[in-house]
Amino acid sequence: MVRTETPLEEERKTPGTAAEASPDTRSPVGPGDPSGTEAAGRVTVIRPATRLPRLDVGELWHYRELLWTLVWRDVSVRYKQTFLGVAWAILVPAFTALVYVIVFGKFANFPSGETPYPSLVVAGVLPMQYFASALSLASLSLLSNLPLVTKVYFPRTLLPLAGVSVPLVDFVVGLPVLLFLMVKYDTWPDGWKVLTAPLFILLAVVTVLGISLLLSAVNVRYRDVRYMIPVFLQVLPLLSGVMFAVDQIPEKWQWILSLNPMTSVISGWRWAVLDANAPQPGQVALGVAVAVALFFLGLATFRSSEPRFADTI
Amino acid sequence: MSVAIEVDSLSKKYRLGEHQAAYGTLRESLVHAARRVTGREHVRQGSEIWALYDVSFQVPEGQVLGVIGRNGAGKSTLLKILTRIVAPTAGRAEIRGRVGSLLEVGTGFNGELTGRENVFLNGAILGMKRREIEQRFDDIVEFSGVERFIDTPVKRYSSGMYVRLAFAVAAHFEPEIMLVDEVLSVGDAEFQRRCLGRMEELGNAGRTVLFVSHALPAVAQLCDRAIWIESGQVVGDGRPAEVIANYLHQTHSSGSERTWPEDSAPGNDLARILGIRVVPHEGMPPGVIDVRHPVGVEITFRVLRDGKPLFPKIKVLDQEGAVAFNAMDTDRRWLEATTPGDYVATAWIPGNLLNEGSAIVEAAICSIDFPKLEHHAAVYEAVSFEVLDPGEGDSARGQFSGQWRGVVRPLLEWECERG
Repeated sequence: MVRTETPLEEERKTPGTAAEASPDTRSPVGPGDPSGTEAAGRVTVIRPATRLPRLDVGELWHYRELLWTLVWRDVSVRYKQTFLGVAWAILVPAFTALVYVIVFGKFANFPSGETPYPSLVVAGVLPMQYFASALSLASLSLLSNLPLVTKVYFPRTLLPLAGVSVPLVDFVVGLPVLLFLMVKYDTWPDGWKVLTAPLFILLAVVTVLGISLLLSAVNVRYRDVRYMIPVFLQVLPLLSGVMFAVDQIPEKWQWILSLNPMTSVISGWRWAVLDANAPQPGQVALGVAVAVALFFLGLATFRSSEPRFADTI
Repeated sequence: MSVAIEVDSLSKKYRLGEHQAAYGTLRESLVHAARRVTGREHVRQGSEIWALYDVSFQVPEGQVLGVIGRNGAGKSTLLKILTRIVAPTAGRAEIRGRVGSLLEVGTGFNGELTGRENVFLNGAILGMKRREIEQRFDDIVEFSGVERFIDTPVKRYSSGMYVRLAFAVAAHFEPEIMLVDEVLSVGDAEFQRRCLGRMEELGNAGRTVLFVSHALPAVAQLCDRAIWIESGQVVGDGRPAEVIANYLHQTHSSGSERTWPEDSAPGNDLARILGIRVVPHEGMPPGVIDVRHPVGVEITFRVLRDGKPLFPKIKVLDQEGAVAFNAMDTDRRWLEATTPGDYVATAWIPGNLLNEGSAIVEAAICSIDFPKLEHHAAVYEAVSFEVLDPGEGDSARGQFSGQWRGVVRPLLEWECERG
């Protein structure tokens, strides 16, 4: 094919010969980036998917406004037709905590260490609530945005990313519940420790993003995910120490629970905001390692099946 | 002039078959995997299709390129690859400039959000920066004509308002390269008209447009060039009128000429039709005629014996089967009993009479047996031809390229005086 500057009549050419460079010899849609790159001068290169999955932060940055818009859309749509609106972000964790306090605190006498049991539970329920909403929202995000996925190009990672960002708003709105209990029981964070609180929430975000990337990619092919999530979310609070202090159970079990990053999130967060007993650094490190591993596993799965989303969804 | 879109050996393979269904359950996949391992199921051969195969072309900056072809020929796949919704299996394409597409009109609109909110949402999805949307917001709203409802959730909009608002956003997006899929766009006629109008505007403004369409008149009129895709490959590339004529010829080539051997020629003991053909136009493939020129329908028939005054007659139907007209040869020679022998009669249908599209011709050799016409030899759906408007502006549709209804489409003489 020759670059041409001649009038139309001379641009005609015979259809390409199929024999040379038969596409059969190349890999079919392989893992990786479907999009090519958007370099300076707005040149878009379209190529078959490459084998190596990568995050392509540059492209994500280019689309940051869209991410923001998607988050804003979900947040504003979320409460538009509800009567109580944003109040639900307070009511849900408050009711959940109330039930836990009555059932596990009063009847079952779960161990809480030195922290007042209601504070302990609320400090656990808030991150857990975040995790649950984020997981449901983000894992189903590709399907719930079907028209976008089949009609417009943008990095698909934005959808789960928006999915895990939206419930952060609920989380912040729910914080007054904890604040109320802190005032009531007069338990306050110990100085600088409170500054580490966002880091533990970040750990929760990384964990849930990793799982969601994995599940949302799987969900494009197998709609089983929708049924798995509720089961998983029912067991998870027990495995994360939402209704008990992890340092009060036998050490062997502490380590097993630490395989779940949410355990570190919750005990770390309690330590940061309630001045509860510090979690063992080794256990936190284990949680972080698992979270990071999950994240990369999820990312790799997501990016490698991304080129097929529009074909299979 | 530089190249805006460069497509190089682009191919796209789809796999077919039950375990490639749109989605399945995990169980099905596990079962299939297990069977494959135990050798009880073999990977099927021939379960792949190439939706596109080795497609290459270049679009110079500022060109309006039409892509035509049948349903399933690969046109939409091409557009989906160029808009990066699906990845190609092989090959490469390069697009130089900001891309917008009219197949995404209203994509991502959320019923719960107000018109105002949806403008920002949709704009962001199309790839506009927030600042750009803010700058154009007033224009968008004015263009859409829904000012009064801009703070109402769009779920309360009528479908017309909804489309107008959605289109207004897309119309104020100013890409350097526009990809339009007329096939995918909303079926609303008003909307399609606007799409075409917008395309024409962009084309006139020197933007590069790639237009996938079934609307051949629109391609003929709006595009500088057309490519024809068949079974995933480019089989025609050139001037729109020419490519379209070849396309029409190929899709309807079966029927512009028919002959019958003597012993099986349709007819009775009085007359038989030996052949019918549509007289080809110079410079056009057989069976494709220019809307502006007369069409000849040639009937060859044999009169077997003396007896009645016979005459040839044709009936022309449009593609939906509506009768456009009947016509018979009223020459005085047919008033007397026809002498035996072979005759060749050609009926000339004037130019600028039939509408674009397929026309079906029936032919008969008749006599009058009042109140009936007696058919001695008749062929129903004998031949067909395609009427094509090359889009040069001197036909009845003038500069308009949208849908043009009617069985006939005469070019009238207009008189107009300024009073």
